This record gives sequence, structure tokens and C-alpha cells, in this order.
Amino acid sequence: MPIHAKCKLVKKEKLREDIFKFSVESTEIAKTAKAGQFLEIRVTDEIEPLLRRPISIYNIEGNLVEFIFQVKGKGTEILKEREIGEYIDILGPLGRGTFDYKNKKNIAIIGGGIGVFPLYELAKEAKENSKVNIYLGFRNKELVLLEDEFRKVSDKLVITTDDGSYKEKGFAIDFLKQDAENEKIDGIYACGPLPMLKAVQSFAKEKNIPCQISLEERMGCGIGVCLGCAVKVNAGEELVYTHVCKAGPVFDANVVEI
Amino acid sequence: MNTEVNLAGIKMKNPVTVASGTFGYGREFDEFIDLNKLGGIITKGTSLKPRPGNKPPRVCETTAGMLNSIGLQNPGVEYFMEKDLPWLRQFDTKVIVNACGSSIEEYVELAKVLNTLDIDGVELNLSCPNVKAGCMAFGTSYEGVKEVTSKVRKVLDKPLIVKLTPNVTDIVEPARGAEDAGADGVSLINTLLGMSIDIEKRRPVLANNMGGLSGPAVKPVAVRMVYQVAKALKIPVLGLGGIVNGNDVIEFMLAGATAVSIGTGNFIEPEVSIKAIEGVEEYLKRHNIEDINSIIGQVQMN
Repeated sequence: MPIHAKCKLVKKEKLREDIFKFSVESTEIAKTAKAGQFLEIRVTDEIEPLLRRPISIYNIEGNLVEFIFQVKGKGTEILKEREIGEYIDILGPLGRGTFDYKNKKNIAIIGGGIGVFPLYELAKEAKENSKVNIYLGFRNKELVLLEDEFRKVSDKLVITTDDGSYKEKGFAIDFLKQDAENEKIDGIYACGPLPMLKAVQSFAKEKNIPCQISLEERMGCGIGVCLGCAVKVNAGEELVYTHVCKAGPVFDANVVEI
Repeated sequence: MNTEVNLAGIKMKNPVTVASGTFGYGREFDEFIDLNKLGGIITKGTSLKPRPGNKPPRVCETTAGMLNSIGLQNPGVEYFMEKDLPWLRQFDTKVIVNACGSSIEEYVELAKVLNTLDIDGVELNLSCPNVKAGCMAFGTSYEGVKEVTSKVRKVLDKPLIVKLTPNVTDIVEPARGAEDAGADGVSLINTLLGMSIDIEKRRPVLANNMGGLSGPAVKPVAVRMVYQVAKALKIPVLGLGGIVNGNDVIEFMLAGATAVSIGTGNFIEPEVSIKAIEGVEEYLKRHNIEDINSIIGQVQMN
């Protein structure tokens, strides 16, 4: 069950010029949050900017909830200026569609760019009982993030860059495909840019591997009432929309049309 | 201190309701607030048959507001009466169903069904700007509003409130259409038609290009229209548009609203409606006002 609370910012880390990691205290959120869920963060008490910002949970550690965000507009500009000791207005944890890794021995996690953030908690939790391969793709060397962190929660980590400026050259999905030829994979979990998700979706379908993808869409409320963040459901001829904030953000790849 | 108001025959413990399309059918907010404290709940726009809604992106933030083009996605009235209404009825609050349709026949059929249900009233939606047929197409003229409202009136015995669109030259005209057709009240304003452009892509942000503007940005327009309509009509007005606290509620009531709805504010603070009720009570105390009804329409014009 989500709560609405002001949570104390206890740690703040700049991962890159435009990317920040915040650690906030919330025993309630930390206790109930599941891998794949997100928070709706109000960056100001004023009415401008008006809406909350949906930001995925990166990591849960004791009573700390960590999230990472890229500064992209006026909301995140304000958020990044918040100081340690201040309280941040949070609604969460949100989303009923979460990563389901239970009873899967060998899993593959694939992420791209800033889509890698919600995959960390999943990898960390899954690593306890499963073999975890992680494939992370970035555009170039400067944009590579969290390599050491993901290494610690994986049995195998492949980092790719589109231009070959760091580690493997190419797309992360191609390395996942290669490994799938030689190893058994019981589940694929993906978050990243749309072209990557589409490639993962069609590969998983072709190989008949269970696959979950984490989606994003412009959101209004984050709790399932405004029906803004629509995503098309695979329902044959009939047109059916479900919503990222409530049914997702994590979906069975076979269920949604992206 | 009395906060009870009578809106179009619906007696509410306080004047604060939640607006259609911003509160679902209440379930999501049950996790955050005590629904019993609300004057009323106005449901998501409900049609005779399920509607899929529009293509995404459906929402985008604007200065002190937001645009939406949801397209009245809803599971249909049958689903509502089976699943949501019995659940809603466990709470001590008024339930008003927002009813929408694509044709007069559809409005009438829907009204016939609603007339048989255990609900406190109907808000006839003649004002959604985001669907191709019906709705706002009826709501922009005196004749259009009068025609749909009078046909619905014939089959509906429950309190009937007509929700008006602000996308007109003179808001009083369609409001009169509702009154002359026998409506018990009017609610206003629905969203203002707007557009937002992504200047990098040189395309509108919303897939439907245009959408309805809501939030604090529209409040002065709403207050003005509520004032104009309340002054011209005999039937009560349910005022809405950008309300986010108790002071806003008071402002709408001074302009002439008998009750109000909180809409977009629900997205920002799930507890906004409860806080607004508390804010209203504080205002009444501070001004030694015994009965909230005594402030309705009491603005003194310059």
C-alpha cells in the first residue's frame, strides 16, 4: 500500500553532471517496496511546477530508499537543489506491475541509458537465488553509469557502447542473444529506450522466454485515476488501453504493444 | 457551525466534492483519505458501453496546470453498477455519476439505467473537449444543451446537474439551456481547450494534438464564469476549476457556487479535498460565520 510522506534526504550523490542519486529515509516505503516500483515526488510546495515527478526506485537498504534521476526540466532542476536534512514529499511505492523473478534460476537483465536505474534492486534481490547476467547499453563512454554497482549484483556483466568507445561495441541485446545460444535463460527483464524494448520483446517472443519490460509514459497522477499514462494492450482486434502507473510500470512483454 | 449545503436537491455535509475524471470511482483515494468526510464523489465520466480512450501521450504539464486528452476511457455503466457502486455505497458521502455519450439516444439510454441505480444524482457531461462525437458538441449552444437535457430530464427523476464547457463566447447561454430544460443545477467549468507544442519535434505534445486545460491556471476564468452563471440562473451552481485549498473553495462560493469540486488538485495531494474542507471551516470560524450558505454569492462587486 502506498503512503504519502515527507521523507528526510540523508544522502545525495552526483553521479554525473546531470544525474543525481538521492537516499531518503522511509521505513514504511522501504518495508513494502518491490523491485520495479516507483515514487511520485513533489518537488515544491507551490503550484508551479504542478505535477509530481515519477521516479523509479533504484535501491532499498534498511530504512533507506534510493532513487536516481536525470535533470531534464524545471522539476528535476528544483529537485537536484534539495539539501541533505531537508524533507522530500513522496507518494509511494507505486505500481502493481513489478518484477517477478521468483523460481527463475537463470535470468538476464538488460537496460539502456537512464533505463538501467530500476534494474538494480531487481538484480540485487534476484542474485540471492539466481544466476544473473546483466547487459547494459550506453551511447558512449561518457554516458556509462553504475558499472561497479551492477558488477556486484551480477554473475556476468556486459557493458556496451553504441560507438565502441568503452567495453563492447554494439547493442546490449546482441550480446544477450549470443549468450542465449549457449546458456539457458529462464527470464528476461528490460528497461530502456523504446527500440531496445522492442528488440527484447520480439527476441523473447521468438525464443519463447518469459519477459518483463518496464515502461514509461507521460503521467498525471501516478495512482491510476487520471488515466493519462496509457499503454496499448495486446487484445487482438479490440482496442484496449491499460495504464503504466497502476498496471505497470512493469508488464509482461506479451501483454503490451509498444 | 453549519457546513451543510443543498445542491440541486442533494444534501451534502459540506460543499466539497471531487471532480469527475480526477478521482476514478474512489478506490485509489481510499488508501489516503477518509471518503466519509467528503461532501460528495463525482465519478469518472461513465458511458453506456465501455470506451477505450485516446492514444497516448494523453497528458502534459503546462504552467500551473495540465492538458489532458483522455477521451473518456471508462469501463461502462454495467461494470460501474456491478463493481464500483456497491463499494462506493459503503461510505457516508453522496455519489453523483458523471454521464457521457456520443449521441442523444445514448445519453437517454444511459439516463434510463442511471435512474434505476442507488445514486444521489447525475452530472450530465456536455462538455468533454476530447471526443469526436457528442459531449462538447452539444454543450456549446443554448439549443444543444436544452435538447439533450430535456430528453434526459424526461427519463431521469434524480437530481440532474449539467456540466458546462467554458469553450464558448457567452457561458450564460448554454447555462440557460440547462435551466430551461429542467435541470436542477449546473456545474462549471470543464476544461479549456488548449495545445502545447514540443518545439524540438515541432509537434503537439498530445497525440490528439489538443486537450483540456485544468489546474490553478484556469481558476480565474472559472470564478468569472461561475459568477456570471450564478447571477443569471435560479438553479444552483457547482463550481470547479483549479481549486487546491479552502480559500479557493470560499472564493468560488462567494462568486455564487453552492458547492465545489476539486479536480486536478487530487493529483498533486491525495488529501487536498480533506484539507480544503478544514480550510473552509477555519475561514468560517475566523469570520464568525454560523452558516456556510450565508456566503454563497456574497461577493461585493466594485
